[in-house]
Amino acid sequence: MSEITPNKTLDARGLQCPMPVIKTKQEIDTIEIGEVLEVLATDPGSMADITAWSKSTGNELLKMGKEDGVFKFYIRRVN
Amino acid sequence: MSDNGTKKCSIVVFSGDMDKVMGAFIIATTAAAMDMETSMFFTFWGLQAVKKKGIRTGKGLFGKMLGFMFADIDGIGPSKMNFGGMGRWMFKKMMKDQNVTSLPALRQMAIELGITLLPCKMSMDVMEIAPDDLIDEMEDPVGAATYVLEAQEADITLFV
Repeated sequence: MSEITPNKTLDARGLQCPMPVIKTKQEIDTIEIGEVLEVLATDPGSMADITAWSKSTGNELLKMGKEDGVFKFYIRRVN
Repeated sequence: MSDNGTKKCSIVVFSGDMDKVMGAFIIATTAAAMDMETSMFFTFWGLQAVKKKGIRTGKGLFGKMLGFMFADIDGIGPSKMNFGGMGRWMFKKMMKDQNVTSLPALRQMAIELGITLLPCKMSMDVMEIAPDDLIDEMEDPVGAATYVLEAQEADITLFV
């Protein structure tokens, strides 16, 4: 996952539903359109939830995966 | 859908139970985070979730009796297994142990996300609750028609 260089990282590790999604929303609003936000989470539900969030908001989920027990998401701000 | 094409979510909070109010705030904050225009309509027991801390409501005898039982967001108990407050304490502890966001923090999040908080005028009159008894972030009291219009335009409506 090293080919994507995020502009900002959100550490949502240890947070429970619904906070990873809510923090993601708040953080994506702080970056420019076209920039990429990296989200780190440990809540297993975040795989489905961040996917649903990006579908609803239209922001582009470039990549997601699991590394050493941490879920990583790369999201490009679209609007 | 609102006039500008944004999807809308509208939730009636009738219940004053900690677990149900929690569910309402979790869905409301998530809907707002998913770019939905979100409103919450607080009526009857649900008004406890938006009452100022440390205020006793009520003017007459019955209103004051009711006010004595009327908690704030930190004082409401779960719908089952409250056991005179023990359940509330237990749930709070279990939620904290699991790093679940507390109810007052969720309400603060709802405010930060710009969720419209509407109090029901009729239940405020019945229960002798003044606008000043409610948190400053509340809109002016409204009636059922305001909610019905919200619900007509909404893509999600819930009654909790």
